Amino acid sequence: MSAPVLRVLEAHARTYRRTWMGSVVTTFLNPILFLLAMGVGLGALVDRGVGGAALGGFGYLEFLAPGLLAATAMQTAAADSAFPVRARIKWVKTYHAALATPVSARDLVVGHLCWVALRLVLAASVFALVMTAFGATGPAGGALAVLPAVLTGMAFAPPITAIAAGGSSDYGLSSLFRFGIVPLFLFSGTFFPISQLPAPLQPVAVVTPLWHGVELARAAALGSAPAWPPLAHGAYLVAWLLVGAAVAVRVFDRKLVR
Amino acid sequence: MSEIVVEAAGLTKRFGAFTAVDGIDFVVRPGEAFGFLGPNGAGKSSTMRMIGATSPVSQGHLRVLGRDPATDGAAIRSRLGVVPQENTLDAELSVYENLLIYGRYFDLPRRVINERVAELLDFVELTDRREDRVDPLSGGMKRRLTIARALVNQPDLLLLDEPTTGLDPQARHLVWDRLYRLKQRGVTLVVTTHYMDDAEQLCDRLVVMDQGRIAAEGSPRELIARYVTREVLELRFAAGLQDGVADSVHGLAKRVEDLPDRLLLYTDEADQVVAEIADRGLEPESVVVRRSTLEDVFLRLTGRSLVE
Ligand SMILES: Nc1ncnc2c1ncn2[C@@H]1O[C@H](COP(=O)(O)OP(=O)(O)OP(=O)(O)O)[C@@H](O)[C@H]1O
Ligand SMILES: [Mg+2]
Repeated sequence: MSAPVLRVLEAHARTYRRTWMGSVVTTFLNPILFLLAMGVGLGALVDRGVGGAALGGFGYLEFLAPGLLAATAMQTAAADSAFPVRARIKWVKTYHAALATPVSARDLVVGHLCWVALRLVLAASVFALVMTAFGATGPAGGALAVLPAVLTGMAFAPPITAIAAGGSSDYGLSSLFRFGIVPLFLFSGTFFPISQLPAPLQPVAVVTPLWHGVELARAAALGSAPAWPPLAHGAYLVAWLLVGAAVAVRVFDRKLVR
Repeated sequence: MSEIVVEAAGLTKRFGAFTAVDGIDFVVRPGEAFGFLGPNGAGKSSTMRMIGATSPVSQGHLRVLGRDPATDGAAIRSRLGVVPQENTLDAELSVYENLLIYGRYFDLPRRVINERVAELLDFVELTDRREDRVDPLSGGMKRRLTIARALVNQPDLLLLDEPTTGLDPQARHLVWDRLYRLKQRGVTLVVTTHYMDDAEQLCDRLVVMDQGRIAAEGSPRELIARYVTREVLELRFAAGLQDGVADSVHGLAKRVEDLPDRLLLYTDEADQVVAEIADRGLEPESVVVRRSTLEDVFLRLTGRSLVE
């Protein structure tokens, strides 16, 4: 990692020190609340009903937790990459300040993505601990599921960074959550297998990165077989990361260096 | 170090089909304070950003500290101090944190930054605000902090884009004083402004810029001597009574400017002209004799006022 990227990362960490309280609370509380409500509460009903067979022989809590882990990683990455990036370009303009120093637009993008990756490692690890405490997975499965979750977040962070940097409408950026992130969260195999979706929608779920992340995280946590070979799921996520990062660098350059 | 700090020839900036900077030539020499004086939209900031290696040159030749911004941007920026038109401070962070983060972008060790922060805060009179958040600081304080931030890497060249805009007179004087001290220490300054008194106070040499072009170049004194008389007579009339006066005073002064709210007579014999006006039976509401300024130079060169 080049020196300027490290400096950008450092600036993120220093800024985070001002706001960490709020995000730590959500990092711990969200998985607990979700697993309690959906996994334990709703899960009891599901397991008494058709449950089992449709869920690959697992209880609902076991089925749900790894999917939720991946979906939460997506949300964390999106939240860190949308309005914070927009603000640094449009409102506080700290990116403009950085670009007057030896730091380049590419350093800003890479530094931001590295920061998101660090946050994801932290958030996913906490989630995995909670999952394990709930008995949704064994300790090894929980630890194994962290990597796919981080990868899922990192597939979303670059394209959302690019959109936040390139667009100008703030309404548009909140629509991204309403019409993008929320439906993905609900319909990408997190809460139920995508075989339950109407046939025309199933390919849509397959195209979005989240489904791949959910499949991988679930396979890691439960030791089950994912829909595709694990490497194929992983390669798909990495492709989003790399292509997205290249696009984000271009957008930053166009927007900030002109 | 090469003899020339900034060298531009035919320097041009286009945004799409619009030409913001239209083939300008200038040279900035070591240790001088060089100014761009011009109204809104003249292309001052666009020029500064090209010099600052944050905006690609559309056409023409530009060398900053002997290097080409197109290929050596990071190397150039490592030796520049930039005070942008907008402060771009992180309002959520403290004064110290803003300086620390910025200093780290130059890869300076924390120990060095801490030493410099102490000196710089002293220099811009913000020592007692070191731990305070930036948000509640006054406009003048934020400007001074931005200047301190630009000095954290001990730059060879300091670029200041409208360093005093929006400040009250007292705050402006403080900024002038600090910039003057920097100049005395041998820092080369490039300043943009649309205030003629900024330019007169700060600049050894300046260019008058208008609509992307350079209209004139010289020291403030040279420009005044070249384009206007030493003194100006300002006549104000009661509403409606200024009509036609310009014609009747014709010949009294070297040049007459008929502005909406007043008449300017450029002459080296102001007292004599005042007497002559009375002889001709003209009765202005007020008569003021003042020294010519760069504002008059700008009016002469472009037919418009610098600040509307
Ligand atoms: N990024 C941009 N895209 C399109 N047009 C631009 C851009 N930046 C500046 N311009 C245009 O270029 C012209 C010169 O702008 P510039 O900011 O250089 O002027 P200025 O002399 O600094 O004015 P001011 O005193 O208002 O700061 C203006 O007409 C402006 O609208
Ligand atoms: Mg400007």
